[in-house]
Amino acid sequence: MDIPDNLKYSSEHEWIAPSGKTAKVGITGYAAEHIGDIVFVELPKVGTQVTAGSSFGVIEAVKSVSELFAPASGKVVAINERVAKEPELVTAEPYGAGWLVEIEMSNDGDLSKLKDANGYRDFIASLPE
Amino acid sequence: MIPFAGWDMPVQYRGLVEEHNAVRTAAGLFDLSHMGELFITGPDAAAALDYALVTAPGKLAVGRAHYSMIVDTDGGVLDDLIVYRLGDTRYMVVPNASNAATVSSALKERLAGFDAVLDDASMRTSLVAIQGPRAAEILQPFVDVDLKTIKYYSGTQTTACGVPAILARTGYTGEDGFELFVAWDDAVRVWDTLLEAGASRGLVPAGLGARDTLRLEAGMPLYGNELNRDTTPFEAGLGRLVSFAKPGDFVGRAALEHAKDHPRKALVGLKLTGRGIARIGYPVYLPAATVACGSVTSGTSSPTLGHAIAMSYVPIDKTAIGVEIEVGIRDQRAGAQVVPMPFYKRST
Repeated sequence: MDIPDNLKYSSEHEWIAPSGKTAKVGITGYAAEHIGDIVFVELPKVGTQVTAGSSFGVIEAVKSVSELFAPASGKVVAINERVAKEPELVTAEPYGAGWLVEIEMSNDGDLSKLKDANGYRDFIASLPE
Repeated sequence: MIPFAGWDMPVQYRGLVEEHNAVRTAAGLFDLSHMGELFITGPDAAAALDYALVTAPGKLAVGRAHYSMIVDTDGGVLDDLIVYRLGDTRYMVVPNASNAATVSSALKERLAGFDAVLDDASMRTSLVAIQGPRAAEILQPFVDVDLKTIKYYSGTQTTACGVPAILARTGYTGEDGFELFVAWDDAVRVWDTLLEAGASRGLVPAGLGARDTLRLEAGMPLYGNELNRDTTPFEAGLGRLVSFAKPGDFVGRAALEHAKDHPRKALVGLKLTGRGIARIGYPVYLPAATVACGSVTSGTSSPTLGHAIAMSYVPIDKTAIGVEIEVGIRDQRAGAQVVPMPFYKRST
């Protein structure tokens, strides 16, 4: 299971990659694998305010609908237009071309509540199969 | 694994889309042991089933099968099922797992007064289905009959993988395929034998997830989604099953004669033209209407067609091909269009 060391992770299986005030957000490889063949991604519009722990979009497989939860609060400054057309990118490259949104973080404290790679690794190891 | 009608069933083995595509292009193996198997035997078996079901099983030739329904006295659908005529005086009825007990007790009641008995073999009979364009060539070495002689919708007693089996050319995928009814204790042998022999020809085990997307593409209804006690066969677009021509009364005849000309809704196929995937329960609207005129009964992203498809009940005057419909997906409306069913039809 690929869990890059340079990212932070939420219990809802989103990753966030802070870079100064902004951060890219996506779903983890674990989430992508469990959702299965992703066929539809619904993302917020640029400018939307998102709140840590709240739903900001939806990701759908053939038979399932999963909500996306923001790992941190902030304003959406960019969305990945490519995944709207090629949702399978999220399955193939969840940490790369399959990123979802970029947010301008409004609360520095949000990051400290997230897990690092080791913490997330332990977390998914503790989940039932 | 998920609980399904009292059984633990695999939603998928390797991945829904892979399994779905395998059935469309090669073959898939399904464990359908949850389905019911009811044997009706006796001199009056044909007459009893003519009375109990909406079709005319009495007219079936020995060895043939047909799709049928059992309705309540008010015409509401209790279940959809397949009836196999195994002999002059012997039939097998295969109901859905979720309705097996209902059908079993309804049939038992309806058999009263006829010289026929019902044997509910559901809890000792397994069903292994092999479906897909390569099903016949994979199965052929393991059965005692020439599969070319087995017509679509027929069934025969034979030996498969060395064990006694009822072999039928039926299925729920829109592809050619076979169903093997065998004793519980023999099912693992059949499953393992076919899976091993078929692997090199692209056979994969397929779960409930693929079963649902395959049947939906093929425009086949699912009880609990498209069919229920508040729906008549006519509303579900299956009025052709109802045989008013057969002699004598049958359960639901009077109600169905009325229902034939008084449908309250109509089932249609929808192709989503807007963004999103319509799912069961999502509201359906006429364009710009604020009040829903129906709701989605089944919906998915179609692996074969590459776009979202759905079935829905709509007002009876909105069934023409091309009618514009809107589906409420979360806080938005997605455009959709009435299209012919089946959504997918195999080319051969």
